[in-house]
Amino acid sequence: MTDSNGLIEPGRRAPDFSLPATPDGRHTGPAQYRGRPVVLAFYPADWSPVCGDQMVLYQAAKPEFDRYGAAVLGISVDSLWSHRAFAQSQGIEFPLLADFEPKGAVARAYGAYTPRGEAARALVVLDPDGTVAWSHISPPEVNPGADGILDALERLRSGREVMAG
Amino acid sequence: MTTPLQVTARLRTPVTGADHVRGAADAPVTVVEYGDFQCQYCGAAYPNLTELLRQREGTVRLVYRYFPIANVHPYAERAAEAAEAAGVRGRFWDMHDWLYEHQDQLDPVHLSLGVEQLGLPPDEIAAEVDKQAHADRVRRDFVGGIRSGVNGTPTLFVNDVRHDGGYALPELLAAVDAAADT
Repeated sequence: MTDSNGLIEPGRRAPDFSLPATPDGRHTGPAQYRGRPVVLAFYPADWSPVCGDQMVLYQAAKPEFDRYGAAVLGISVDSLWSHRAFAQSQGIEFPLLADFEPKGAVARAYGAYTPRGEAARALVVLDPDGTVAWSHISPPEVNPGADGILDALERLRSGREVMAG
Repeated sequence: MTTPLQVTARLRTPVTGADHVRGAADAPVTVVEYGDFQCQYCGAAYPNLTELLRQREGTVRLVYRYFPIANVHPYAERAAEAAEAAGVRGRFWDMHDWLYEHQDQLDPVHLSLGVEQLGLPPDEIAAEVDKQAHADRVRRDFVGGIRSGVNGTPTLFVNDVRHDGGYALPELLAAVDAAADT
């Protein structure tokens, strides 16, 4: 489903990158959020024709991600223009990143690119230092929801509390 | 470790006395629906769930929990809070049915007319919704759903296991019958 390397695994350093993002096209990437957990949500395409859209759900769940201080970044190979129209029509306020040129380069670096020419439906949670804490890949037609992400963020927080104690 | 494909989500917030329940209290199968009153897919599932309860009376009960996706459905939150306002007056299911039968009339003016049609006090309920008196309850349902793996609306859990199939009556009957047999 992904390339032969497979999805990046916990414990690995997250490859840094920066991509044009909504709303204004400025480049952003995980390094900008150092000190906070970062959720990278790779998804196949804007405009999936269901109410159960993953990015729409994450916008609705944003107060829960905020409780962990986590930044959420959506990433697909769609262009910035598509992302903008999609974000506007669906009320999505967190950044959607355009992995558009070279196409899918970031998805490839994370082992989340498919032969269909789209990003896989892959979730990668980075700890505040930029190391992969959790990763998960779903079939393209299955919206994984937010429970796995929130569990990972919860473990990160309790892990840090243990270390601090 | 990377989580393998297809982890089945399970309901993490058990059904309690605070839930809105329809059907026999001792039914062996419980269907928990996370729904959004403005969602067309929930609207499409509504008659099927009603028919499911009728055809499997005594076997299945339905629990309804709020999951308004406000960024795409501007009236969903108010509709949920109005249903809860009806609920504290013992009329949750009447309001629930009205909302799903009038999904094109969820704007505040029509909603108020609906409340009135049901014989509930429209001004009182509008005031409660305006001051978000029931927002915490709606939020609690939503957060419990998010933590349980709700991934869109409607999401159903059949005896605590997320139902990843469709919402046509034959699929619902099959899911309930399978749960009743185990």
